[in-house]
Amino acid sequence: MTAADSPVLALSGISKRFGAVQALTDVSLEVYPGEVVALVGDNGAGKSTLIKVIAGVGPADTGEIRWEDRPVNITKPADATGLGIATVYQDLALCDNLDVVANLFLGRELTRTRVLDEIGMEKRSRELLGSLSVRLPSVRVPVAGLSGGQRQSVAIARSLLGEPKVVLLDEPTAALGVAQTAEVLDLVERLRERGLGVILISHNLADVKAVADRVVVLRLGRNAGAFDPDQTSQEEIVQAITGALDNAVTRRRARSEAPPGDSAAGSSVDSSVDEDRELGGEG
Amino acid sequence: MTNATIPPPAAGPLAETETRSVWELIKRRVRGGELGAWPVVIGLIVIWVVFQALNDRFLTAQNLSNLALQITAVGMISVGIVLVLLLGEIDLSVGSVAGVCAAALAVLSVRRGWSDVAAIIAALVLGALIGLLQGTIFAKLGVPAFVVTLAGNLGWLGLQLYLLGSEGTINVPTGTITDLMNTKLSQAAGWIVGLIVVALYALAAFSGRARRASAGLPAASLRTDLVRVIGLAAIVVATVAVLNSWQGVPLGLLILVGLVALLDLVLRKTRYGRSIFAVGGNIEAARRAGINVAAIQISVFTLCSTFAALGGILLVSRGFSATQTTGASDVLLLAIAGAVIGGVSLFGGRGSPWGALLGAVVLGSISSGMLLIDVDSSVRYMITAAVLLAAVILDSVSRRGRRSSGRG
Repeated sequence: MTAADSPVLALSGISKRFGAVQALTDVSLEVYPGEVVALVGDNGAGKSTLIKVIAGVGPADTGEIRWEDRPVNITKPADATGLGIATVYQDLALCDNLDVVANLFLGRELTRTRVLDEIGMEKRSRELLGSLSVRLPSVRVPVAGLSGGQRQSVAIARSLLGEPKVVLLDEPTAALGVAQTAEVLDLVERLRERGLGVILISHNLADVKAVADRVVVLRLGRNAGAFDPDQTSQEEIVQAITGALDNAVTRRRARSEAPPGDSAAGSSVDSSVDEDRELGGEG
Repeated sequence: MTNATIPPPAAGPLAETETRSVWELIKRRVRGGELGAWPVVIGLIVIWVVFQALNDRFLTAQNLSNLALQITAVGMISVGIVLVLLLGEIDLSVGSVAGVCAAALAVLSVRRGWSDVAAIIAALVLGALIGLLQGTIFAKLGVPAFVVTLAGNLGWLGLQLYLLGSEGTINVPTGTITDLMNTKLSQAAGWIVGLIVVALYALAAFSGRARRASAGLPAASLRTDLVRVIGLAAIVVATVAVLNSWQGVPLGLLILVGLVALLDLVLRKTRYGRSIFAVGGNIEAARRAGINVAAIQISVFTLCSTFAALGGILLVSRGFSATQTTGASDVLLLAIAGAVIGGVSLFGGRGSPWGALLGAVVLGSISSGMLLIDVDSSVRYMITAAVLLAAVILDSVSRRGRRSSGRG
């Protein structure tokens, strides 16, 4: 890994409130060029809110965003794309009825004297997909005929056409099979090789450990630690996500290792953990 | 891994799996549920063979020439419907819009003494304004298109009756308006037009090949392009020969085919056309890609009503009059049925204006054949319904095929 000295994107002190709900409190996050940062956390931990802050869909209430060491304001999606931040949302936003080339260039088609420059677009599509080693039956096949992994690859490749410096991937491997997940993870590594900063949101800790250079954990809208995935066990990350040494994952393991007939103890632990979580939110 | 180990695109995995032979294309389309126009073409051939067997006057030049004139007006309305269906919406007002524009045309040219050309332009503008109004209510206020245009269906019919007044019928004297549907091209003119069409198509096909080759992209096999050009030439030559042997190529048919070809080019070759397909395929994706969805929707409804107005003008031209029933009865349903039979998906994002022409020919053939073998219109309606149902079932089944193969 060859990370540069200064982060391409740095967030600090980010807070956001939706009515009575404090979604983010004093969150910071940094991404360096050529680095894959995994953003993990339980449901409701504030991952999506943070992504929306970066993508300009839902600006933060307070906090500072620095882009290449300059303070910037991101208040609308165009601000983010203008800086060089591309976002690939979970629901892909591809048009099934259009072919791969049309999807890659949707909304920014190349034209020659007002007529679509199909040859120019197809040429650039092939170059782009080839450089990412994305395997497709044809760039002229409608996206409906592609596998989930191929569709995700097309969606990610599309975000690269705007020559971004940071790519946000929202759950890129959710709902994918084993081989397709590997395909997408290969693609994430190729983004890193191109010197892009990648922020990867995932629930799958195996994926995270496989590609991430750094794991940033959010819990209840706050930073709950940053880890080096090579030095950290999956249990430690789960512990940071749930905020308790004694969490559902460790209890499940304990149950399967413990002799049968010990379930009464398990249920009493449950209630104490719930209190523990709420208290954890304050500190 | 460094950049050096990444394979160059030409020798990459894309190039290996790319095969563009006709047979591969057909197989892929059948598997993916993308049959296109083939079921309709085969259906049309069956219909023609059956009617020719039942009555040997069916495939005569005179009957086919009449058929061409019969389908022109409804075919024109159907072209507008194709656009709306591509968005995944529906326009139920086109029959009444055709009727009210026909009435306006007759009132302006006959009662107000406007010149024919001015009256035609006014009728087209009226159609466009109606579409603009309905499209804006749909796109900006979020009222379902089904309801907006259903209200339009009733409302514009009312305006049509109001414009025609107590007499109910306005006869249009011979002039530019009636010339539209009653002019036949001379033999030579018919051949020249046909020649130009084939030459332009061949030029486009082969210059496209050359440009792809010079850009280093795989092109369709030379045989595929040759088959396409020769196929088109055969259709054009047969059509012109048949129509020339009975009075010549009708101007109305030429207008319809010309507009279909123009619209097809706009849909396939411009950003506007691409945007229409995108909105019909995935409206949220289109919006995120920066496409102004509301503007696309409003423009499409405007175009659809303008095509309906043109259809109304052609109805007046053919009938020499605007009446209370112009554009009424089964015009709306035939226009929608034609588009669907022509392979335009009701679910949006798939289809071509050529489908409207093809569907109109199928419906016209059924109607004409039934008249020839002297079948009651009750039976004609039922047969037409069966064909329409078959087309919709095919659409739904192929959509399911696409879905299952899409996740495969």
